[in-house]
Amino acid sequence: MNSIIALLLIQDGLTMGAVYALLALVLVMVFSVTRVILVAQGELVSYGALTMASLQAGHLPGTALIAVAGGVIAAAMELWAYARGPRSRTHLVAAALYVLVPLAVFGLVAALAPQGSGAFVRVLLTLLIVVPLGPILYRVAFQPLASAPVLVLLIVAVALHFVLTGLGLIAFGAEGVRVAPLIDGMLRFGPYFLSAQALFTIAITLALIAALFVFFGSTLSGKALRATAFNEVGARLVGISTTGSGLLAFSLAALIGTVSGILIGSFATIYYDTGFIIGLKGFVAAILGGLGSYPLAAFGAVLVGLLESGSSFFASAFKDVLVFALIIPILMWRSFSAGHAEEEEE
Amino acid sequence: MTLLLKVENLTVAYGKVEAISGVGLAIPEGRIVTVIGPNGAGKSTLLNAVMGLLPSRGRIVYAGQEVMQAKVEARVGAGLCLVPEKRELFAQMSVADNLLLGGYSRRHVRDDSRARDLDAMYTLFPRLRERHAQQARTLSGGERQMLALARALMARPKLLMLDEPSLGLAPRIVREVLEAVASLRDRGMSVLLVEQNARAALSVADYAYVLETGTVALEGPAREVAANPRVTETYIGVGHGAGAQREASTPLAAS
Repeated sequence: MNSIIALLLIQDGLTMGAVYALLALVLVMVFSVTRVILVAQGELVSYGALTMASLQAGHLPGTALIAVAGGVIAAAMELWAYARGPRSRTHLVAAALYVLVPLAVFGLVAALAPQGSGAFVRVLLTLLIVVPLGPILYRVAFQPLASAPVLVLLIVAVALHFVLTGLGLIAFGAEGVRVAPLIDGMLRFGPYFLSAQALFTIAITLALIAALFVFFGSTLSGKALRATAFNEVGARLVGISTTGSGLLAFSLAALIGTVSGILIGSFATIYYDTGFIIGLKGFVAAILGGLGSYPLAAFGAVLVGLLESGSSFFASAFKDVLVFALIIPILMWRSFSAGHAEEEEE
Repeated sequence: MTLLLKVENLTVAYGKVEAISGVGLAIPEGRIVTVIGPNGAGKSTLLNAVMGLLPSRGRIVYAGQEVMQAKVEARVGAGLCLVPEKRELFAQMSVADNLLLGGYSRRHVRDDSRARDLDAMYTLFPRLRERHAQQARTLSGGERQMLALARALMARPKLLMLDEPSLGLAPRIVREVLEAVASLRDRGMSVLLVEQNARAALSVADYAYVLETGTVALEGPAREVAANPRVTETYIGVGHGAGAQREASTPLAAS
């Protein structure tokens, strides 16, 4: 192995690591706010890539229809809650939003998709299609279970993953897709080449992480989300709606999943079921921080990325095995140091 | 006198066991009402049910509105606030962030009133200004109590419910806290004060309820209740001692 190959591997590792870091951060955030281990995060990634590729091919992506169907179910649940409980107007507003937003997006996409639009418009459309799935999934699958134990939530999360994988197969078929890179070309430094798309991916990822950092550290909504994660009763007592926090957390998860999908789709061929493996790698990274530490999760993600690119060169057949084997020493280390992992009680 | 809160026939059951059954309660505007009673009488359960944290049966009318079905955040938005026994602070967040989040229900108010409220809290509790950048978990028991009270006041409550504000505090600080509570009444706020320290509670309250095994055993103007021989014997004599004993064994006091 010479320095050129080493640099390529590191570039690959850091690029994938950056995307895994985003996914790991979202997993930690969603878990701490809602206690849901978002197994279906991976499907949001593959939906992002598949939707983008479908738009590039000038088709109407099936995800637009999935969002409409999900929205109708969510709206029906809101109307049911309105009919049974307090006749609060928020139920009616929510029901209207769940139906109208995906429908409007569907109309927009149906109008624009065949014309073959620019890359920027396609990214925007992809976000508009997939991101509403976040709150819809929360409303349909998890909001009714807000006080259920973690295990029940995990079982539902796994079920949701299977449902979304199946819907992905129906919507996009079994063929794999590649997303055209948003930025073409190579940067040359003497004998070394860096792909512009890889640098672009790392830049976008860092920007998103910085944006999350500002959101959680400096805005009232971000602080409210953290407060819900730290102390749910306390959050409710200052008037923070736990439902609202859950919807916001899932919206962020969908946003970041979609962006990750658009970025990752130009490095790897994405099938309807690829998202699961990608999400699982984000999960390995998140486990390093015990599903509770953002910096450790990000560090773990870079480690996973580097290990993956390294093992794809030295033992490509065992690429995934080596990455997932990483979880064993991590879990052993965590259980031996478990005494320090507990958050102290107030 | 207008009633701010009226509770009728309120029942809370944990499984088949009724923690409180058929409790009635009225709080006029601008008054301090206290609920005293022994450990396990259902005092905290009563507050949590009024706040909406626990499912309950019966009727709760707040500010002329039936709120049985209202969510906790809707009740907070209407000015009904609780400082729970466990304080429920955001331990890993700074004192300033805890206070800012206290004003969360007023986030749509566009003027600078939340910033002014924050400053007023720092003036009321100078200790919190000193420690505004520290994490809440690094505070002492008394400071946490101040923070919990200040966080609730940031929501500009009409009715503030306090669950054992004297718990785990040194006697001198208990007096300070109760003086602060009395000053809230002077500003037109109503207070529902739940205390095991009956002597202290009765000294600031206008009206008192004695809760025993989930039902109201006695009620009346605080002075009359304080003079009732049974109350004197059971709660002021022994109750005060029990309060002091709990003080020593509670983890809040230890930390």
